[in-house]
Amino acid sequence: MLKLTRRILAIVFWLGITLLFLDFTGTVQPFLGWMAKMQFLPSVMAMNLITIAIVVIATLIMGRLYCSIVCPLGVMQDFFAWIGRWKVFRKNKKAKFANKYSYSEEKKWLRLTVLVLFIIMLLAGFNAGMVLLAPYSAYGRIVASLLQPIYIGINNLLAQWSEAHDNFLFYQVEPHENPTLLIIVAAVTAIVLFVLAFMHGRTYCNTICPVGTTLGYLAKFSWLKMQVQEDKCIKCGLCEKNCKAACIKVEKGQPVKFDYTRCVACGDCQAVCGKSALHLVPTKKRSKASSHADAASDLSRRSFLAVTGTAVAAATLKAQEKTTDGGLATIEDKVIPERKTPLTPPGSLSAANLQQHCTACQLCIANCPNGVLRPSTNMEHFLQPEMQYDKGYCRPECTRCADVCPAGAIRPISKEEKTAIQIGHAVWVKENCLPIADEQRCGSCARHCPAQAIQMVPIDTSIKQNPDDQQWYDGEGNKLDWRAVNDLLMIPVVNNEKCIGCGKCEYLCPARPFSAIYVEGHEKHREI
Amino acid sequence: MKDLNRRDFLKIAGAATATAAIASCGGSTNGELGDLDPAGHHTGAIPTDKMTYRTNPNTGDKVSILGYGMMRLPNKPASPTSDPSAPTPEEIDQEQVNKLVKFALDHGVNYFDTSPAYCQGHSEESTGIALKASGYDRSKFYIATKLSNFAPQQQTYEEGVKMFQNSLKYLQTDYIDYLLLHAVGGGGLENLHQRFLDNGVLDYLMEQREKGVIRNLGFSFHGDVEVFDYLLANHDKYHWDFVQIQMNYVDWRLANETNPSNVDDLYGELEKRGIPAVIMEPLLGGRLSKMPDHIVATLKQQRPEDSVASWAFRYVGSKPNVLTALSGMTYMEHLEDNLRTYSPLTPLNEQEQNWLETEIADLYVSYPIIPCNDCKYCMPCPFGLDIPAIFVHYNKCVNKGNVPENQQAANYQQARRAFLVGYDRSVPKLRQANHCIGCNRCSPHCPQNIRIPQELQRIDDFVEKLKQNTL
Repeated sequence: MLKLTRRILAIVFWLGITLLFLDFTGTVQPFLGWMAKMQFLPSVMAMNLITIAIVVIATLIMGRLYCSIVCPLGVMQDFFAWIGRWKVFRKNKKAKFANKYSYSEEKKWLRLTVLVLFIIMLLAGFNAGMVLLAPYSAYGRIVASLLQPIYIGINNLLAQWSEAHDNFLFYQVEPHENPTLLIIVAAVTAIVLFVLAFMHGRTYCNTICPVGTTLGYLAKFSWLKMQVQEDKCIKCGLCEKNCKAACIKVEKGQPVKFDYTRCVACGDCQAVCGKSALHLVPTKKRSKASSHADAASDLSRRSFLAVTGTAVAAATLKAQEKTTDGGLATIEDKVIPERKTPLTPPGSLSAANLQQHCTACQLCIANCPNGVLRPSTNMEHFLQPEMQYDKGYCRPECTRCADVCPAGAIRPISKEEKTAIQIGHAVWVKENCLPIADEQRCGSCARHCPAQAIQMVPIDTSIKQNPDDQQWYDGEGNKLDWRAVNDLLMIPVVNNEKCIGCGKCEYLCPARPFSAIYVEGHEKHREI
Repeated sequence: MKDLNRRDFLKIAGAATATAAIASCGGSTNGELGDLDPAGHHTGAIPTDKMTYRTNPNTGDKVSILGYGMMRLPNKPASPTSDPSAPTPEEIDQEQVNKLVKFALDHGVNYFDTSPAYCQGHSEESTGIALKASGYDRSKFYIATKLSNFAPQQQTYEEGVKMFQNSLKYLQTDYIDYLLLHAVGGGGLENLHQRFLDNGVLDYLMEQREKGVIRNLGFSFHGDVEVFDYLLANHDKYHWDFVQIQMNYVDWRLANETNPSNVDDLYGELEKRGIPAVIMEPLLGGRLSKMPDHIVATLKQQRPEDSVASWAFRYVGSKPNVLTALSGMTYMEHLEDNLRTYSPLTPLNEQEQNWLETEIADLYVSYPIIPCNDCKYCMPCPFGLDIPAIFVHYNKCVNKGNVPENQQAANYQQARRAFLVGYDRSVPKLRQANHCIGCNRCSPHCPQNIRIPQELQRIDDFVEKLKQNTL
């Protein structure tokens, strides 16, 4: 019963969370978003007290159900372990059960060291280490970097079909360009976990996983525990041999011992016991809830390395005279400018806040429909999201990253709030600007700015606009006729107070490969 | 309505939704599709000896009323040996061109119109190959090409001569039957002087006519009517053998909607002077075939067996001073349908003419269609936009009712998705309307005088409103 219920719930959660990572359309988020918000470590980062309370209370009642049901990485390992128990991999093909595990002593020193290290890294802001150990994020990275490309590939095949049949069911999407670092990290994690789980079951959960260790020591005090009814037990050892947590010790003449810090309440032992000797029963011992929850720290961070040297190579867009009709001009790829302060999405409050809370699960990146968010390869922001505007910009109607983030790294915001959050400001690069580089009238940035933060002014400083009649006058006070106005070479000026840093100007700037206007991040987001 | 049985209804629906997405050198004009029977086959064999011919009063040429426009030649993916860095890895499907040209000749078409500028400069060569491959004797068909010196660096005497000599070379011939000053009118008289009068290029062409290298000399006209008047006022000096104008039933009386000059005036002037008129854009680049459903139904109701396009071709064919009507036939189905229409031509009666010129034309211009004929004269855009593709997508959505006026529209959600998803399919993101900076290099090239940057901006505003759900 316990096993079946656990399995059903685990599959539901696992599919839900996986789908949340795969879906790029934003369709499932409203229905399944809560599953990500049930994740323990992100909730601790977000100080999401409700989830913390639910998980802690559930653990105090029934043990590590969380690890067996809610944690997608745990369920994934159960799946790998299940494969490892297939008959083809068994030595004794006739046996009813796999009988492949055996009790092992708890690696207490390792577990506690890892947990302590993890907490230190968390507080000290050593993201690369912290992020690697976080279980939910590890799962997110595997799905986002290894499975989502396949999912998108299938979608794109369907989109081809859809296009061929002139319907609009599916549409093409560009897969996220995952940095090699992310793919390597995810692939190594997946392979290591596969090998460990295939051979030994829940090894990772019971030696490395900081959440597992935390909940494990809580589970020690749980009300309901798996216990053996000694009068029924014949010490056959089936439960031990089939415990993927390796936490049951059966010895002749001794009562069966459980290591409850490692038991994930999966119910497998109960299911294999031929004598129905195992039961989840209340213990007499009362527990005192002592949360290992790590409160988000306010420890100051190392200041960001100021990376300077803005790329300024003049984009010489020479307008060649056309002699024949048709054809398409080649479009050069944009080069990402080096931003002194990384750009983080509206709702993240500041790059520092994002860095502190983010577990690099990739959920926001997998969900970004505009190709803006991508994992950072900078060790300080290891695989955490950062914004780039070479493939798109942060569109006003979209708040998807804020909707999905379970870790409080990107707080929920409304579309209306978004229009007033300043995440950075536009910086003009004179040398690249078409009116200066090519004497080509432009004004693309000003025309598209959703915040009306950019105005065009004549290069010739003597020409001024009269605010009353909105007409242009030259140095001598003569009004310019419309022809002269049409020929005026103008450059953009940015009102930093109004600019929200959405990047539309940078994305649409015709100067290539280096935009003549780019967005510089703000250390702390402001409301304007 | 009683006569409109189910089968005809299917045809109407079929013609309205018939779309093909194969690229052609002049864009994917798929509108000139003929009517199909329920099995998808054209009905009946196309006669080979019934083509209607018009006589050129100057040379006595018997010219087929259907002229083959070589601007929208079929394309295919370029062979791997071509430059891999080229942004459009496509090339003319020569095999298909040969097939089309042979088929046209076999069915009585004998006028082929090309230009050094068409198809990124490959049209003349392709036309030359196809005509040679057809096996027909040079005397059996007429070649029309143009002096397309649009770029300032081409507007010298030497460059003009070179362009003409290259035409002879690419077309594999030693004479041109019909030579046109290409698209005069745009840029006014000043431009005409710059291109043909001051540099002596026109004098050179007239010399060539004297020598018989050019058999007929004329001009194609778009735009400023001042230029048209000037050239005809000097008819005694230049002796125009023919003039090519844009004519169709939408432009006839509603010239101001799509074309600034009144077509009936232009045509009337030519008729008065006895100068034969060659007609371009009888179908507005396929737009008069790709019509909104309601118009398709109205036309089909009158003649359920005939294609929508046939009305446009019969309309221009019914004008007696028309020498030939050009059609850029990308697909065999276009060619077949047009051959059917003109083998022989059934002229429109006066009532039908009036009906097209007024009711149907009024109805047509009531749709917010952008008068782009996908001729690609505006291309390449220096900033990489695919201008015609954007307009074609927009027009397609107008025709299909996928340009909702506001969110209250009954089909808003559906139309929004169709417009936005279709937009990304038809035009790559970096070539969409939002990348237009308004440099306006395109507009002077547009024979339809579309204010391209303004229209692009309007479409971009519409797209933004759809995306943000603020329409």
